[in-house]
Amino acid sequence: MTAVTTAPADPETRVRRSPPRPRGRLRPWLYLLPSAAVLLPLFGYPIYMLGLLSVFDYRQAQVSGGEPTRFIGFDNYATLLGDQRFWSVLAQTVVFAAALVIATLAVGAALAVVLTKAGRVPRLLLSLAAMAAWAAPAMTGSTVWMFLFDADLGLVNQLLGIEGYNWFYDKWVTFGIVGATVVWHSFPFVMVTLYAGIQAVPSSVLEAAALDGASAWHSFWRVIVPMLRPLVTIVVIQSIIWDFKIFTQIYVMTNGGGIAGQNSVLNVYAYQTAFGSSEYGLGSAIGVIMTLILLVVTLLYIRALYRSGEKL
Amino acid sequence: MSRSRLAANTVAVVAAVVTFFPIYWMVLSALKPAGEIQSLEVRPWTLAPTFEHFQRVLGGENFSRYLLNSLGVALTVVVLSAVVAFLAAVAVTRFHFRFRTTVLIMFLVAQMVPVEALTIPLFFLIRDIGTAVPGVGLNTLGSLVLVHLAFSLPFAVWMMRGFVAAVPEALEEAAMIDGASRSVILWRILFPLVAPGLIATSVFSFITAWNDFIFARTFIISAKDNQTLPAALLVFFKPDENDWGGIMAASTLMTIPVLIFFVAVQRRLVAGLGGAVKD
Repeated sequence: MTAVTTAPADPETRVRRSPPRPRGRLRPWLYLLPSAAVLLPLFGYPIYMLGLLSVFDYRQAQVSGGEPTRFIGFDNYATLLGDQRFWSVLAQTVVFAAALVIATLAVGAALAVVLTKAGRVPRLLLSLAAMAAWAAPAMTGSTVWMFLFDADLGLVNQLLGIEGYNWFYDKWVTFGIVGATVVWHSFPFVMVTLYAGIQAVPSSVLEAAALDGASAWHSFWRVIVPMLRPLVTIVVIQSIIWDFKIFTQIYVMTNGGGIAGQNSVLNVYAYQTAFGSSEYGLGSAIGVIMTLILLVVTLLYIRALYRSGEKL
Repeated sequence: MSRSRLAANTVAVVAAVVTFFPIYWMVLSALKPAGEIQSLEVRPWTLAPTFEHFQRVLGGENFSRYLLNSLGVALTVVVLSAVVAFLAAVAVTRFHFRFRTTVLIMFLVAQMVPVEALTIPLFFLIRDIGTAVPGVGLNTLGSLVLVHLAFSLPFAVWMMRGFVAAVPEALEEAAMIDGASRSVILWRILFPLVAPGLIATSVFSFITAWNDFIFARTFIISAKDNQTLPAALLVFFKPDENDWGGIMAASTLMTIPVLIFFVAVQRRLVAGLGGAVKD
């Protein structure tokens, strides 16, 4: 789980006073050593290897057949860019992720506002329910939603009185149900973050607005929303990063990408290309493209963090 | 009660019910006798709750073994990542050194890397490591500990950073004047003070490891005994007749631990997130 987190720092500690003692020159590196020992071989090296694999002809024959690996330059990328299927998967990944981001934000923001207006008990109920959805593993969330939409024994079909209708047959209906599952998992983060943000708006500012004759509606749109803009940016980009990487829900609910892989997103497509069809080089190339797209989004994220005044 | 308050209360309660419903349905279905699950008459309650599904799940199919595997992997990751992340967080908050910002940005960038794409190189890496150190090769729980440690660490450091920064430096300075050594300050003073933050961070490490599906599926190929929960859940999916009672009971067993942990730290979590708004 990735989130924007800063512990509640009291103002005094935020201003750093003394520079560290001079003799501790190497000490920070000593403290970073264990992290480096874990991350360099298990995180850094695989990223390098991913790039390397993507420029090699690396398939089953090379993995277990003892055939020599062959450097093929950007052939894997050329294959991908010339493949209709790659483009359609990329397009539906973008559409699916965009729809998820919008839906998550709309639900999360609306409920954050509701939380600020609701009484104590309803607020507690909604918070607890949201926590439960947030905490539920992607895996079990998927199994429950699959059960709800099961053709024979699912609650939805029984309530609607339609027998044996298979919800996971049509491509976009399937995306819709998987999307609902994802939004169910991820709106709590948006709701809780924005609610905390609204609460952090100083009441003096709102009182001043009220004294100047602003209605509740006005002070929401003209005072609260602008003040929350940096936070909203962070939430949006965080959601893009998550929703672009959806794997478990698609993989489990559509049994590895749906009928003939119609519900594949980039992540699942890369995985299936590598481990399903043993095209490890080609799968790595898809992984590289995905990483690059997310890198761009992350750079925007870092810029947003700086803008919001977050001290690195 | 004003009208807008009433409307907000209604929406909040309805949203709460809708949001909680899947969890309720999961637990309920796990407790329903098989006959009721198969009946076409839906009932949102059951008059004859039974543990038959839980017994079947825990008894057969090696499930309790998988449960212990998941627990063992997750707890090992939690302990290791707490210590490693704490040290790194101290380094980036308490010291000014060259490349400090670069290091921080790398921890941030690492969080965005699509972990799933890295399964391809990691598969080969783990396979090769396994020939040298059999304990962490393919089909071992050790391999899962390694990758989960690596993938939970960047976020853990990022989160711990805030908690360490919140401890006034004056405390350490006072201890130093009193002649305490660096390691005493680190482990006897700072470490206990950030313990609450460490617990909150650990919950996330726990969840990362506990929820993992893709690595368990990729690395544990033939050693059925070393399977973890998410991958083991798929055992209950049959081509024609899914054992929904079993699936829901297994899902309930998998959800409860994270649910408890999550609710336990939720206050700290909300407080932490609120800090992201600056004036």
